[in-house]
Amino acid sequence: MAVLTRPLAAVGARVLALFAMIGRVTLFFLETLSHVVRPPFYARELGVQVLQIGWLSLPVVGLTAVFTGGALALQIYAGGARFDAEAVVPQIVAIGMVRELGPVLVGLMIAARVTSSIAAEIATMKVTEQIDALVTLSTHPMKYLTVPRVLAALITVPVLVGVGDIVGIFGGYQVATGTLGFNPATYLKNTVDFLEPLDVISSLVKGAVFGVIAAVMGCQAGMNSGRGAQGVGRATKSAVEAAAVMILAANFLLTGVFFSL
Amino acid sequence: MIRFDDVHKSFGRNHVLQGMTLEVPKGTSMVIIGGSGTGKSVALKCVLGLIRPDSGTITVEGASKDRDAFLARFGMLFQGGALFDSLPVWQNVAFRLLRGALKRPKAEAREIAIEKLRRVGLAPEVADRLPAELSGGMQKRVGLARAIAADPEIIFFDEPTTGLDPIMAGVINELIREIVTEMGATAMTITHDMSSVRAIADDVAMLHGGKIRWTGPVARMDDSGDPYLDQFIHGRAEGPIPAVR
Repeated sequence: MAVLTRPLAAVGARVLALFAMIGRVTLFFLETLSHVVRPPFYARELGVQVLQIGWLSLPVVGLTAVFTGGALALQIYAGGARFDAEAVVPQIVAIGMVRELGPVLVGLMIAARVTSSIAAEIATMKVTEQIDALVTLSTHPMKYLTVPRVLAALITVPVLVGVGDIVGIFGGYQVATGTLGFNPATYLKNTVDFLEPLDVISSLVKGAVFGVIAAVMGCQAGMNSGRGAQGVGRATKSAVEAAAVMILAANFLLTGVFFSL
Repeated sequence: MIRFDDVHKSFGRNHVLQGMTLEVPKGTSMVIIGGSGTGKSVALKCVLGLIRPDSGTITVEGASKDRDAFLARFGMLFQGGALFDSLPVWQNVAFRLLRGALKRPKAEAREIAIEKLRRVGLAPEVADRLPAELSGGMQKRVGLARAIAADPEIIFFDEPTTGLDPIMAGVINELIREIVTEMGATAMTITHDMSSVRAIADDVAMLHGGKIRWTGPVARMDDSGDPYLDQFIHGRAEGPIPAVR
């Protein structure tokens, strides 16, 4: 009998652990929200994080978007040629980048770059007792470390998504006009005419949600890290994994919501 | 005065504190000794509220219900320094003076930081360096300067000489003794280093098995007659404390 129940028990334990993790993250997020509206506020820390999360992520976001936009143009052209629809490249690149690829790729790049960095930094601070030191210096770690990072991600990731959308469309434009023979003016006109305000709004809203997910997961994993180098490594790995999965799941839910509007 | 009264704290099956009772009179320097993992750091962290005891009470004379006001009375030197890597040395030292209830203008906070650095034997040029650019001994001194920056009434020292060479350990011990005496602060130090004990302590308490095994003036430590304390202070492998734990 034990042979039959053991695998089920293992699955059950995993499911319970997953729900426990979701519960811990939810409580952590709610606690963060409660600190957002209560002083003291650390404006300098917020500024530093806006630079770290926003400004310093621009190169990687730009490179990701430009290559993706270019590849997307080639794929749509090749796919469209099978049923004489090559002319839809500008429209599909625009809608593909703005509604889906821009926010998702930026979200995943932020999970890779920012979530890992936040988790490793805060976990190291915990391991080296810097978090305890903050408390003894009358500074709440949630206010000093978590709130600035979450707010900075909320502010900057939508901007990064906007930049990614534009750069991605530019990548598609370069490939289409440079190698596929599209007329530059017509390409741009088709792009602008096809996009609707809701496409852009959905892109930016997704960016804001993904930014918050990336920052919260990094902070939560860092604050709850285990001891030593292994603890820091585990915290970083689990933060990036969880952030990436949650970003993709949130993308699915948000896409459904925006489709229903 | 700080009083521990039957304090218990466990982490899972690991029962660290099992009824610790101790009184640290105001203005004295109490050093807690004991083997690794006996709960010395846990005891300090329980006082500061970093760890919540499972049962028992810890009383700090004149304690305020306001947590910030309570913590403002304390300074702490952490074992590894616990300096904030992203901030220059002077901002580490003046951390409490740059924000919160004790906030001062930036120039004044920097001036105080440099004065405290000088007090622990560091030149003003160190103020603008990052912690990673300092040696272990210098980091300890910066940690000490941070602990005393806001002139606390109570100072905790967690393994203040761990990882330092004997000369630097002696310098830190002397500094701690001088600072505690001139500030009139209540000090609690935890250490394995017997030279630190003799240099810093007015009173000594030995923590073993989650309880205070022996406590008394440092002058009585050598003729206590307690086999556990004797084994510990003489560093013997044989005795009632198992060498393999």
